[in-house]
Amino acid sequence: MALMKVKFDLKKRVKLAQFVWLMYWFSVMAGVLVFSMGLFFKIELRKRSEMMDNNESHFVPNLLIGVGLLACGINAMGGKICYDSLDPSKFSRWKPMLKPFLVSCVAFNCLLVLTALLCFLMRIPLQFTLAEGLKNALKFYKDTDTPGRCYMKRTLDQMQMEFRCCGNNNFRDWFEIQWVSNRYLDFSAKEVKDRIGSNVDGKYLMDAVPFSCCNPGSPRPCIQYQVTNNTAHYSYDHHTEDLNIWKRGCRDALISYYGGMMNSIGALVLLVTILEVIVMIGLQYVNTSLSNLANPEDPECESEGWILEKTVKETFTDIMDKMKAMSKGNAVDEAGVDGVATGS
Amino acid sequence: MVLMKMKFPFEKRMKLAQGLWLLSWIATLAGAFTFTLGCFLKTELRRRAEVMDNTEIHAVPNTLMIVGLASLGINYFAGRMCQDALDAGRFPRWKTFLQPYWGVSLLFTLLMLTTVIMSYAMKGNLEWSLKIGLKNGIRFYKDTDTPGRCFQKQTIDRLQMEFQCCGNTDFKDWFEVQWISNRYLDFSSKEVKDRVKSNVDGRYLFDGVPFSCCNPSSPRPCIQDRLTNNSAHYNYEHQTEELNIYIRGCREALVNYYMGLMNTIGAAVLSIFLVQSSVLVSLRYLQTAMEAVAGQENTEIETEGYLLEKGVKETIMEYVTPVLVFLQLNQVGSEDAEAGETPAK
Repeated sequence: MALMKVKFDLKKRVKLAQFVWLMYWFSVMAGVLVFSMGLFFKIELRKRSEMMDNNESHFVPNLLIGVGLLACGINAMGGKICYDSLDPSKFSRWKPMLKPFLVSCVAFNCLLVLTALLCFLMRIPLQFTLAEGLKNALKFYKDTDTPGRCYMKRTLDQMQMEFRCCGNNNFRDWFEIQWVSNRYLDFSAKEVKDRIGSNVDGKYLMDAVPFSCCNPGSPRPCIQYQVTNNTAHYSYDHHTEDLNIWKRGCRDALISYYGGMMNSIGALVLLVTILEVIVMIGLQYVNTSLSNLANPEDPECESEGWILEKTVKETFTDIMDKMKAMSKGNAVDEAGVDGVATGS
Repeated sequence: MVLMKMKFPFEKRMKLAQGLWLLSWIATLAGAFTFTLGCFLKTELRRRAEVMDNTEIHAVPNTLMIVGLASLGINYFAGRMCQDALDAGRFPRWKTFLQPYWGVSLLFTLLMLTTVIMSYAMKGNLEWSLKIGLKNGIRFYKDTDTPGRCFQKQTIDRLQMEFQCCGNTDFKDWFEVQWISNRYLDFSSKEVKDRVKSNVDGRYLFDGVPFSCCNPSSPRPCIQDRLTNNSAHYNYEHQTEELNIYIRGCREALVNYYMGLMNTIGAAVLSIFLVQSSVLVSLRYLQTAMEAVAGQENTEIETEGYLLEKGVKETIMEYVTPVLVFLQLNQVGSEDAEAGETPAK
């Protein structure tokens, strides 16, 4: 018993073919959209690759780009098939290719679902990459004279201003590293000597943050130095002050930025999958309704279309049987070859 | 003597009508584009309205929007007219419409050209408006507790960071203004008391700038205070230091930005003006060629088209004379009235 059988007369067949052709054109545009989303995501990752140690995985955007191109190709071909289906002579050319084409459409839809899932899951590896990358970026902030790292300060400052964040986990990360280069420290001054003497590594540490951590929305001019020292500034209590510098860490800020982007792209890919499934079902109906003409000579007669020839269970057992037969066939051939080999 | 006469056989008339129809659609799109450009410029000006003292510069985008809308109408009617020109019987019904149409379309096309000239001419106006606006912005920077001014600090900070500038003319403007609110000054400390006493108005002035003047490209952490004191910072010389804070003033930065924007828009509007003028010239030729056909039995004869029936001077005199007559009549009328009054006395 066929799955979801529908009767088709000529008018209905023509309407179906035109509708599916139109839907294929929308799918081509959807494929272009997925491609451009993948490209956009790749560019955004590259823009901030310095914050990720140049170590980030480009697998997901590359997959999106590939899937987008593949979608364009498959949908264009499907559209051409639908266009030709209105003319019986042209359609007979496509007939032998149609079953493998539909099977590849099923595989492609599975790939799309997998892509969407990966988009949602990419957050996790990104978190680890960013934690490591930002830690190193903060360490290299002062190295503006080292080739290969001289733009780290500018990149980090601009990023903190743009994303409204400070430090890796929070602003206290700046207290644990030396972010003022030795070139600008007067080593004959007592204060500098004290600070360097106060820790094992001989680093100049202070409770201060760079200017890019400052919040323009603060009602008072920015307090960057002696941030934890209440007596150093008039009418200042660092426990209650939350408008002075950005409280959020840059890792959280970047994760929510990229996470939002990936969620939207994942949702878009899911929508495209639904569209692809609809056109695939439409093409199957076109295929079966044209293949099952009661009288092949008369194009105006009625026919039936369905999604699957037998029910889902029977189709599944059929496929399993075929695969078993194929593997048995292989085994018999091998046994035969072995027998011949041992015999001789 | 006719101005720029051209002969139009039947095929040439048809080709002119068809070409003009296509051109009028292109010009309609161009008119819509002009309107969008005007909207865009207005939005950009409004975004920084807080640092501008007056809105006179808004005349440029307003005119652009009006011109864009008008050219939509002008080109729509041009398209309709040349559709009717292909049928000699239907063209004469446009006759009464054409006189006011020419007046309106010439007016708006000239207005398009004036807009471009205006955008260059109003540079001084814009600069003056920015000068006053920025001066006030810097003065009210500290008033984050005064209603109506509490966002000046944030506006100025974001402006300086985005346009990479500091102060009005340059960073020294910050030295002449108290930009730290009294709420955050410890009036019992000696340093504050000294500074407040050192000037007539009792303001806390010092050679420091806000953090938003800092340049991220500087190799060293930002030096914001005691900028002119070389001995206060290790290995620092303020005369040669260029990368520490932004040296450019915000007025210059904003004027450059808006002038760049208006130059691009001006170039686009000039090319749209050329398209529009060619539409009007072609329409005039089509009108005069079709008028010669009207009333003839054979509509496929060759006719002449021209721009003006008489020369430029004579046409101008033709329009100006009625106005002069009207004025003179008024004068004669008032003289009569006076002459009539005096004998009566």
